[in-house]
Amino acid sequence: METFLGIDYPTLWFLVVGGLFSGYAILDGFDFGAGAWHLFFRKEEERRVALNAVGPIWDGNEVWLVIGGGALFAGFPVVYATLFSAMYIPFILFLLFIIFRAISIEFRSKEEMAWWRKTWDIAYSVSSIMLAFLLGVVLGNLLTGIAIGPDLSYLGDGLFDFLNPYALMVGLTTLSLFLSHGAIFLLLKTEGQMFERLTQLARAGMIAFMVTFGLTTLYTLLYMPHLSDFFREHPVAFLLPLAVFLSIANVPRLASKRLYLRAFLFSSLTISMLLMLVAFELYPNLLLSSIDPQHDIDIYEAASSQKALGIMLTIAAIGTPLVLGYTAFVYKTFSGKVKLDEHSY
Amino acid sequence: MDVEILARVQFAFTVGFHYIYPPLSIGLGLLMVVFEATFIRTGNPEFEKLAKFWTKIFALTFGVGVATGIVMEFEFGTNWATYSRYVGDVFGSALAAEGIFAFALESGFLGILLFGWNRVKPWVHMVSTIGVFFGSMFSAVWIVVANSWQQTPAGFHVVGEGMYARAEITDFWAMVFNPSSVDRLTHVWLGAFLAGAFLVLSVHAYYIVRGRQVELSKKAFKIALVVASVFSLGQLFTGHNSADGVAVNQPAKLAALEGHYPASAPADMYLLGWVNQEEKTVSGIKVPGGLSFLLYYDFDTPVTGLEAFAPEDRPSQVNAVFQFYHGMVAIGMTLIGLSLMGLFFWWRGTLFEKKWLMWVFVWSVLLPQLANQMGWFAAEMGRQPWVVYGLLRTSDAFSAAVTANQLVFSLILFFLVYSLLFALFIYLLNKKIQGGLEHLDHDQSHPRTQAIAQNLIN
Repeated sequence: METFLGIDYPTLWFLVVGGLFSGYAILDGFDFGAGAWHLFFRKEEERRVALNAVGPIWDGNEVWLVIGGGALFAGFPVVYATLFSAMYIPFILFLLFIIFRAISIEFRSKEEMAWWRKTWDIAYSVSSIMLAFLLGVVLGNLLTGIAIGPDLSYLGDGLFDFLNPYALMVGLTTLSLFLSHGAIFLLLKTEGQMFERLTQLARAGMIAFMVTFGLTTLYTLLYMPHLSDFFREHPVAFLLPLAVFLSIANVPRLASKRLYLRAFLFSSLTISMLLMLVAFELYPNLLLSSIDPQHDIDIYEAASSQKALGIMLTIAAIGTPLVLGYTAFVYKTFSGKVKLDEHSY
Repeated sequence: MDVEILARVQFAFTVGFHYIYPPLSIGLGLLMVVFEATFIRTGNPEFEKLAKFWTKIFALTFGVGVATGIVMEFEFGTNWATYSRYVGDVFGSALAAEGIFAFALESGFLGILLFGWNRVKPWVHMVSTIGVFFGSMFSAVWIVVANSWQQTPAGFHVVGEGMYARAEITDFWAMVFNPSSVDRLTHVWLGAFLAGAFLVLSVHAYYIVRGRQVELSKKAFKIALVVASVFSLGQLFTGHNSADGVAVNQPAKLAALEGHYPASAPADMYLLGWVNQEEKTVSGIKVPGGLSFLLYYDFDTPVTGLEAFAPEDRPSQVNAVFQFYHGMVAIGMTLIGLSLMGLFFWWRGTLFEKKWLMWVFVWSVLLPQLANQMGWFAAEMGRQPWVVYGLLRTSDAFSAAVTANQLVFSLILFFLVYSLLFALFIYLLNKKIQGGLEHLDHDQSHPRTQAIAQNLIN
């Protein structure tokens, strides 16, 4: 099997896909969080500021979903196909909420009428909340496992089995994580009264996250022992959960010192480390079977050919610096507090 | 209804709806670049108005295009799981390349295009506009490459059996430049330029007959008319090349396009007609031997017909394929006629006095849209019963995990949401058009204008 820096291609590609989805969670995470708080802003101007904080960048953030999806399709077609067809209802809902969120941002400012704007405000906020929640629910199902039988067949009911208690808890945890993340992002973009209000909202978000995260962790340790196998076998890996806890605790510490940029960076770090934790819990599997561990799908069965992975790594090596380059440029152009002008939403 | 039919209906509906928008993005992108470049070169503020106005229309189409496009990427996984497992190794890399090379470029610079007018230097804005336009062109490259691979697979081999059978890539460039990629890509690009050009023609023709911003609209109309003329004529070549390729690589599809049944006989070309699939005949107005002539420059050369293929290897909807194809061709010819008529009256100096012609141009915006849809329907239905030509049947490709009930649920949701989306799109598009360019009046004191003026002086 071909390797790069001593890592085999499927593992490398596992890291690439994980990295892309981390990037997506960090970036669209603050979009979703900002959107989820939207109805808490009462004044028209505040809502416009909140919308224009994400206005020039949300589309670029969604690119990470498209690239992540493409990378999963290309790198692990078996997982892409099995996961998306088994989780049909949540993914279809996710796609419809993606549409609603996009058009709410786009259409809201096109009319002056109060009812028009209010309708899109509600659509924007509800879809942001649901997107954050559904992402968490899917993640929860990845951890509990999906009803995969022999020969990649799916044996669940395909309707409501994705709504198991654990997945719901992960859904709420994700939502509260993004609420906190989004509020901190908005703190970087706002001033005055709205800023003061957001300091309270950010605090509420952080508390909600710590509570839900604590409960989910407890539940995982008590009822999902298979997820901590890796850590029991490799005691040194306990450094990662330790780092996660430190990073989580550091966010409110920095926020209370009003160092919001650093708080935002640690909030982003938290998101990526939590996903790393998930990756360690799963590796080398990608999809767990809730029926029989024999039917788990690991990265070696799921991966595309060495040739395809090699090509894709080349594409990623050329493309990633480009994407990071213009993302950085766009963020720099629109950095600082939101200033509304005639081109704003 | 069975899962296969429902999954096909859902895919056709969602992709057909999606495909209203990307061609507009590509076509308007081209004209936005022309307008903004003219402004920067001449410093004429009228062209800045045009660039800003069309950027606003562009934003509307782009937003809907992105939202409905993300659905497409994931629908392969949700509805076509067996297909996805089979082709992921090959098809996935084209799709991922689209994301990283095209969509990222487009979306990255979009923010600056829309909101950066007062924030960046004029040339940086120009570069962003070009970036968005190139991004949309590249996007078409990878999507058409992926689809062309389904039509004429190349650069792969098949490994494994049963549920584990799949195509593995052996040669990336052979996959990218599979036999139909280039012909189909140029045909798609030109179709997109026409969609954009005819929208610009339509809107400015409307302003001209309504007596609004007449002088500026005449300038914009002439630019768009040149674009429309060049590319509608160009479609003759790309279309002809595509048909030649289909004759070589997908003979069953070619036979269906003209409803040609005899296993091997000279083939006619119909201007319009109706295929009787029971009796295997076509009635209509035809050029005897016309298809043979187009392909081989000889009216008597035999062309492989549908009967050369086993019934289970032929497209089942021959008449539909025939009608979509002929509709597309007829519209293509109409667009050439309209463009040349416009050029003729322009040369005579009477173009803008012909009210009736202006009204024809106002409504002509629908034609490229219809032709784009019909062309894709002919291409995709003509490929049946295969999802990957000669390798994987559509009836084997859908998700075994998904039930008819789930599909009915999602189909209804998509139908409702897309209907709402379409109604809103039309409403807002109309509002923007009615709003006109007047309010985009130029602010002379703005630093941006001063910078451009300064550049021109230097």
